[in-house]
Amino acid sequence: MPLHIEGVCHNYGPVAALDTIDLDIADGETVALIGPSGCGKSTLLGIIGGLLEPTAGRVSLSGPPPADSLNPFTYIFQDFALLPWRSVAANVALALEHRGLGAAECRERMAAALALTGLTEFAAAYPKQLSGGMRQRVGIARALVVRPAVLLLDEPLSALDAQTRELLMEDLLAIWAREKSTRVYVTHNLEEAARLADRVVVLSRRPGRIREVLRIDVPVAERGRPEHAALLIDVHRRLWALIRDEAATAEREILNV
Amino acid sequence: MSERRPIPFRGGGFAPTPRRVVPWIVFAVLIGLWQAASSSGVLPPLFLPSPAAIVRALHDLWLDGTLMEHVTASLKRIVPGWIIGTAAGLAIGLSMGIFSSARAAGLPIVSALFPIPKIALLPVLILWLGIGEPSKVATIALGVFFPTVISAYTACDSVPRNLIRMGQSFGLPARDIVAKIVLPGAMPGILAGFRISASVALLLVVAAEMIGAQQGIGAFVLTAGNLMQTDQLLAGVVMLSILGLLISWGLGAIERSVLRWR
Repeated sequence: MPLHIEGVCHNYGPVAALDTIDLDIADGETVALIGPSGCGKSTLLGIIGGLLEPTAGRVSLSGPPPADSLNPFTYIFQDFALLPWRSVAANVALALEHRGLGAAECRERMAAALALTGLTEFAAAYPKQLSGGMRQRVGIARALVVRPAVLLLDEPLSALDAQTRELLMEDLLAIWAREKSTRVYVTHNLEEAARLADRVVVLSRRPGRIREVLRIDVPVAERGRPEHAALLIDVHRRLWALIRDEAATAEREILNV
Repeated sequence: MSERRPIPFRGGGFAPTPRRVVPWIVFAVLIGLWQAASSSGVLPPLFLPSPAAIVRALHDLWLDGTLMEHVTASLKRIVPGWIIGTAAGLAIGLSMGIFSSARAAGLPIVSALFPIPKIALLPVLILWLGIGEPSKVATIALGVFFPTVISAYTACDSVPRNLIRMGQSFGLPARDIVAKIVLPGAMPGILAGFRISASVALLLVVAAEMIGAQQGIGAFVLTAGNLMQTDQLLAGVVMLSILGLLISWGLGAIERSVLRWR
């Protein structure tokens, strides 16, 4: 679904976190939001999904979401946000239980989501029994089971170690080849942005403004090919050039907590 | 090449490891010393009877039915008092955990009344409810109520915010967020509160029975003291300790089954 962000501003008390964000996202497009810490990228994601009320501006979807989409704006969280007292299957089912679906449709959706994330054999396991990567797969399955129109990923791989992150990136690409949603992907990892996004939106430091929008012309599915390695390195270099100075400033800041 | 010297080991230690026999040895040695002191006449039996004498007293009390009579009388006060206090405490405490207005209304009152030793209210409760059972049950219920309120609302607070946000992001209605996220998430804190309130109930039943009762372990211990029957007195104290251990063991079993996911 095409998504429109118009003039979104957000203040936390006297502190301006986001300043006049205008962005249109095309149907089926993956947009990565990157920027130094404290640039308001997670705030923007919260506003898009309706978890935060913007101080000004609005976010809208063109047309009605597809009929089978139970929860048009669906998140995947950095900390997975799984219920530790529910099994894998019950965690995924949480997203369906209040929708009043028939048993057959529930079963079909659950089976599809668990299969897509490779969790079928782990349906009865509890989160504490799973590795970080498997836990995030549960988070992904829970998001897919509602067939979202817009998938909002809030640093989904940041809590994982480098090898697990690499594996999950491959999984996400495989899933995205089969599932058509519009995606907004917040990350501070430049490599994830370069590998997964059609466009990378670079935000500036507080108050967050759109500093640059970088389109990566090679289709996401083909980026793993050796002939595109140089392009990815170049994207990485350009992104780093855009945020390096501000990241350095942010890093040297004394936090008021 | 110079000589190869192995690196000396300097880790280890500072990690608690189970020592299963040690507690039993300590227990046996202490009781043995006590028994020896009593048998040799160092400890006068009126001051502190020997472990054997206490066991004998317990045995006799068990045989003639006095023990169960007093234990039953105490349990008939503890159980209803604890249930009433816990039910009311959970209702108020969970409301305070979930609704801001309930918290704003309840917190000052609870904070003001919580520190009062509830046994101080027994005389006024006797005035209202009479010297019989209701005043004792009410004292226990009051004593259980306040810690339960506090543990219930702090347990609600300890449910991670991000889980509630997750529920909202999936469009769960508020009632489902409470039933499926807040209540199960608060369960460990609520059950931990039960341990505190159970020990409060045991304390209050003894105190209340010492003030005005013919039966119950508290009354029995007091009478035994007045008659200088030290062995009976300590038998009553040992019974209280057993009762406390049984309650704690029962709550532990409930925790293990309800919180299996931990």
